[in-house]
Amino acid sequence: MEGILLYIVGVLTLGGIYAILTLGLNANWGFTGLLNIGIAGFFATGAYTSAILTSPDSALYLGGFGLPIWLGWVASMLTAGIIAWPIGKICLRLRSDYLAIATIGIAELLRLVYRNEAWMTGGSRGITPIPRPFDGWDPILAQFLFLLVVALVVLAVYLALERAATSPWGRMMRAVRDNELAANAMGKDIEARRLEAFVLGCMIMGLGGAVMSSYLKFFGPDATDPLLATFLVWLMLILGGSGNNRGAVLGAILVWFIWSGTEIVTGFLPDVLASRAAYLRVFLIGLLLQLVLRFRPEGLLPEPLHGRKSGRSAG
Amino acid sequence: MSLLEIDGITGGYGDSDILHDLSMRVEEGEVVVIVGPNGAGKSTAMKSVFGLLTIRGGAIRFKGEEITGLKPDQIVRRGICYVPQVENVFPSLSVHENLEMGAYLRRDDFSASLDRVYDLFPPLKEKRRLPAGSLSGGQRQMVAMGRALMLDPALLLLDEPTAGLSPKFMDQIFDIVRSVNAQGVAILMVEQNAKQALALAGRGYVLATGRNRHEDTGAALLADREVAEMFLGG
Amino acid sequence: MLMEFLNFYLIPGIVLGSIYALGAVGVTLIYGVLRFAHIAHGDMMTTGAFLALVFVHGLGWSVPVALIPSIILTAILAVVLDRLFYRHLRKGAPIVMLMASLGVGLMLRSAVQVIWGVDPIAYVSGIQRPVVYGEFRIFTRHILIVVGALVVMGGLHLFLTRARLGKAMRAMSDNPTLARLSGIDTDRVVMATWVIAGGMAAVAGVFLGMDGHLHSMLGWHVLLAVFAAAILGGVGNPLGAMLGGLIIGVVEELATYPWIGTAPLLEPTYKAGVAFAILIALLIWRPTGLFKGKVL
Repeated sequence: MEGILLYIVGVLTLGGIYAILTLGLNANWGFTGLLNIGIAGFFATGAYTSAILTSPDSALYLGGFGLPIWLGWVASMLTAGIIAWPIGKICLRLRSDYLAIATIGIAELLRLVYRNEAWMTGGSRGITPIPRPFDGWDPILAQFLFLLVVALVVLAVYLALERAATSPWGRMMRAVRDNELAANAMGKDIEARRLEAFVLGCMIMGLGGAVMSSYLKFFGPDATDPLLATFLVWLMLILGGSGNNRGAVLGAILVWFIWSGTEIVTGFLPDVLASRAAYLRVFLIGLLLQLVLRFRPEGLLPEPLHGRKSGRSAG
Repeated sequence: MSLLEIDGITGGYGDSDILHDLSMRVEEGEVVVIVGPNGAGKSTAMKSVFGLLTIRGGAIRFKGEEITGLKPDQIVRRGICYVPQVENVFPSLSVHENLEMGAYLRRDDFSASLDRVYDLFPPLKEKRRLPAGSLSGGQRQMVAMGRALMLDPALLLLDEPTAGLSPKFMDQIFDIVRSVNAQGVAILMVEQNAKQALALAGRGYVLATGRNRHEDTGAALLADREVAEMFLGG
Repeated sequence: MLMEFLNFYLIPGIVLGSIYALGAVGVTLIYGVLRFAHIAHGDMMTTGAFLALVFVHGLGWSVPVALIPSIILTAILAVVLDRLFYRHLRKGAPIVMLMASLGVGLMLRSAVQVIWGVDPIAYVSGIQRPVVYGEFRIFTRHILIVVGALVVMGGLHLFLTRARLGKAMRAMSDNPTLARLSGIDTDRVVMATWVIAGGMAAVAGVFLGMDGHLHSMLGWHVLLAVFAAAILGGVGNPLGAMLGGLIIGVVEELATYPWIGTAPLLEPTYKAGVAFAILIALLIWRPTGLFKGKVL
């Protein structure tokens, strides 16, 4: 019984972390239609930043700053934002395909840097142990409390984004997204607004990375499969309801449950098939996106009225 | 039976209607001009013939056959060719290749049509290997018209053929329209340069806000004070 | 010194550049006709490489011969994928097709992983010896790649400039509405585009596999370089893409040459950064590329 409960807590915790990432992506996509495929890069940046700043001294990586965890998390948003800013500045005046390709590039480049600059990141070994809130407390209680922390972070990000969405800034964003010509005519500085949405989203992704590295107490190049993680977040957003903060959270929890659920199934298979089955799960996830795009592109929670007609689809 | 009959059509792009109960006809071998103030729906009227509009009422007939709502390539097959106002050539293709594309639907030897086009537009012959995008505005317009003529259409739709051209080229274009018409091609033309266009037109239609306003012979419209007042300078 | 430069840097650069060129042309054709960035292109190359593997390991064919069924199958696959996953999205925003292609790429990659796993595989085992002409050494597979790429690209050029369908493809890339107005069968052009892009991706993938090992990330790792090459040459411009691919391949290899002193100028592990740097530079200063393509 306890085992199942802890398992569910674990799934919810990770689902919550992914919800943070998905909310960040929504700030990019839902606010101004920016296609950011570099999620894994900003995620990793946040994770490593927090890991480096909060971990104890070590010969294997850059550490010993011993900063409090919350500070590590805040700093992770800053570093992610600092990397996002030049990318956005360069690409946002061009069409979205360019941003997509550039974000693929930056994620790949960051992946290489993080893997190779072992003096900083511990190379392929990664950084461990990373402090986690409630370290040393009763382990089961600590798990629950951490879940609570994650939930609070999700709530905070959600509220902040909702506030932004209904603010004049948010309304202007939507105007830019939906009718660029008209918004241009109104004299709005489109590029600046887009840049803000891009950087904001990436900062949130960095935060997600920081929370993840604290949760895992370890971070390295193999902590997550970057391409899979990136794709999962996109699926979460589209399935949940793109352009929609509530949909982002819903999609994250739902997809993560589906993903974890399929892991249980493959766990029953004999070893020889189990490893291949893992890739089959990935295949099915990819197929799921196609099905959503085909049959329900607006997602489960279509964009609610923020003063305009609803039903905006993934396009 | 007229060659082209636009019979009380209502329609537009997407959800809103631009044309309201519009009617027009073009007889074989005629030159018909559509004039009117900006936003009168003149280009839209022409696009309706070519299947580029959502038609919600009325019908369009060509040689007696209903063609309302057919796709552009089906309309082309029936003998109507269209020269859009802008983006009317393939810029990276050579002049010759542009004309070849005009004849894409033809499976026979179209060298006779090619010669006819080069005769109509001598400057194109010497520039035939150059990319169409590198030509001047007037010569590009020639390529655009030449492309449309490659299928030997019975009806040619021209959308503001002289837009943005110098007076010298304008006269040239109108001469060419005359020559093409002399070969038996009926012409339906939208023109902002109303005066000159009406001068060579058999008949003309005046449109305003997507509706019929006047219809008469070219000469009569030219002489009409009220028409001239509505939008002069043409 | 010069020979070392030639044998270990310039020639591998030309070889890599030829492969990039093949990929970039496919990407640029798809962009020109279909107006979206085909993110699954790298994984299509991987699929082509592994399809050839089936014939090499399964039927004992040589790699060059196995190219033929690989090209055919990958071309068919490209058309099928379009029918299933992209066609219904064409009416909407192109960005959605990009998203779908991200997923299609993932599906291709994971399908390869399901069937063949993630460990590297070689087409042929054993060490290959280079052909030696005095101090000049070149591997047979490198000759094959460069010549093969030239033949394919030459064939494509002929198709685009002499064949009716090829010219129609260029016309559609220039102006799709006018193409329709001229009666061009746009569905046929689209299918031809996928066939060509798929076939060329297969060739690129097999060549990549020949020059190293096959693994499921083979194509993904060159995706950025392929896109950078297409943008460098001007998006929508096949000749530009060929040149762009060659340039990026050569620069990538030459970047690791010890220009100053004895250490490589650029750490070999950061070779992928070269394409990225070129891409960023292009986006800052000349997004239309060398030959003024369409801005994406």
